[in-house]
Amino acid sequence: MATLVFVESAEGKIKKTSLEAVVYAAAIGGDVIAIALGTEVDDSELAGLGNYGAIKVLKVSDDRLNQGVIQAYANVLNQAMTSMGSDILVLANSSLGTPVSARVAIKQDASLVTNVTELPDTSNGFKVKRSIYTGKAFANVELTKARKVIAIKKNAAEIKEIGGSAAVEEFSPELTDSDFEVAITGVDKATGDILLPEAEIVVSGGRGLKGPENWGMIEDLAQELEAATGCSKPVSDIGWRPHHEHVGQTGVKVSPTLYIAVGISGAIQHLAGVNSSKYIVVVNKDEEAPFFKAADYGIAGDAFDVIPKLTEALKAAR
Amino acid sequence: MKLLVCITHVPDTTSKISFTDDDQKFDQTGVQFIIGPYDDYALARAVELKEQSGGSITVLNVGGSETEPTIRKALAIGADEAVRVNADPTDSLFVAKQIAEHAKDSGYDLILMGRESIDFNGGMVHGMVGEMLGIPSVSPVMTLDVDGDSVKMSREIEGGKEVVEAKMPLVAGCQEPIAEWKIPNMRGIMSARTKPLNVVEPVSDEVSSTLEKYELPPAKGAVKMIDADKVSELVD
Ligand SMILES: Cc1cc2nc3c(=O)[nH]c(=O)nc-3n(C[C@H](O)[C@H](O)[C@H](O)COP(=O)(O)OP(=O)(O)OC[C@H]3O[C@@H](n4cnc5c(N)ncnc54)[C@H](O)[C@@H]3O)c2cc1C
Repeated sequence: MATLVFVESAEGKIKKTSLEAVVYAAAIGGDVIAIALGTEVDDSELAGLGNYGAIKVLKVSDDRLNQGVIQAYANVLNQAMTSMGSDILVLANSSLGTPVSARVAIKQDASLVTNVTELPDTSNGFKVKRSIYTGKAFANVELTKARKVIAIKKNAAEIKEIGGSAAVEEFSPELTDSDFEVAITGVDKATGDILLPEAEIVVSGGRGLKGPENWGMIEDLAQELEAATGCSKPVSDIGWRPHHEHVGQTGVKVSPTLYIAVGISGAIQHLAGVNSSKYIVVVNKDEEAPFFKAADYGIAGDAFDVIPKLTEALKAAR
Repeated sequence: MKLLVCITHVPDTTSKISFTDDDQKFDQTGVQFIIGPYDDYALARAVELKEQSGGSITVLNVGGSETEPTIRKALAIGADEAVRVNADPTDSLFVAKQIAEHAKDSGYDLILMGRESIDFNGGMVHGMVGEMLGIPSVSPVMTLDVDGDSVKMSREIEGGKEVVEAKMPLVAGCQEPIAEWKIPNMRGIMSARTKPLNVVEPVSDEVSSTLEKYELPPAKGAVKMIDADKVSELVD
């Protein structure tokens, strides 16, 4: 039995969540075959997936796949599952992976589950735990079809390096023009930034920061911590920050090791996006702010005073 | 233009989540139900598109009779008619089948829904429906404009967005800032009472997963407060 893993990359590097997907697949047992689409990742990076448990990596060297065209991706993954005889496809939840996985599941007549948070229990059937109610609860579900598509949430598997390298092979699926009938005609993407959904540390600012001109201190702190920056919904609604930084119920759900919230009141809809963070630090001048109830560490103080001090203290400790 | 908007009936975002019946059922005590916030964005955009270029909006919900107030609210916001598939939405495959069955011969130009529901957060139904109908599915969609039979959208990606163009018909999983939520006005509420709400029976009982049990996360420990003058303590 072989498990197929769809891996995604950013700027030529395999994403960390995709490495977790490889580790996850290896833990299920059986051979692990990874697949990467497009021409932006070099062979040595792909071979490196052996270090996480892949025995083979399929690469689909087609320039048209350098863009995440949902239907074409679903078609490639479907053909790869069939041709490798894989009953299981594992991938990381993402803005591309999740919509693609739905189409693959229908093509394969497979059970699909997204937001999976733990390794499966295969002692009796095939059971997985998934996050529901925007991180406020979990559901343990049994996947009843013979084939399965599993989209995992960040931290569902702990990365282990086992050494070794994987054989890289070309895979040439049949693609027609109709697979590319949806055209991606432009991309507007921050480069060099740490991606919010992948980040180990996130520094987020809320309406308490008063205006976009005050984000410098948030960025300084983030830079010091090698953190990604986030914000609350009103902050992106008024255009102080770009929409892709908006964290919460209706925005990005983050699962960092450390989440630092500055001038955010802690409305339940904001908390819904951060409740799978390992540690939460809250800086708010109102000591009654609801966010403190969800925090591990709290500083009741003025952000304009506390944040520069914190950045200084971190610099000093280096 | 013929528009279908699929809506979920979900607990309000401030609801306390708990379970009953040996962790087999969601505890509805004291919970208020709303149109899924993402579905509400999809509906708001559909109303705007209809205002711009005419057409009709059908809303569809898979749910028991308890969801009818939610469906009526969608009618009050601006949908013309509604369909309720009379069954509990047991899993995403089941729901997608019902939507595809309704849509397959109805000639919709656009099928809009939220990028995900806020109870199960699956994010799967739009892609499944697109695949079942053999038409494109795009998600998460942040803006959507129609020009003739072409649709131009922006799709959120990690760290930014991309511009996506496709021909109708297609399925879109929507999110903000595609449109602002609309609050029904008095006239809308009055007219919603008499708009058609057709109840149909489900076409299949096929599911691909079954629930074992629900679980709540462990309680968080108490917060440790640090004096604002001693932030360096945090560094340690
Ligand atoms: C259906 C729905 C979905 C939603 N989804 C989201 C979502 O995804 N994400 C989200 O964030 N919100 C969401 N919201 C909105 C949410 O309810 C809150 O309105 C929002 O999170 C508040 O943002 P805020 O904390 O930045 O602003 P505020 O509530 O205005 O809080 C500002 C905070 O800053 C503090 N402050 C002010 N000055 C200072 C200072 N100098 N130093 C330190 N602290 C200071 C204040 O004490 C206050 O606590 C949603 C709402 C609804 C109804």
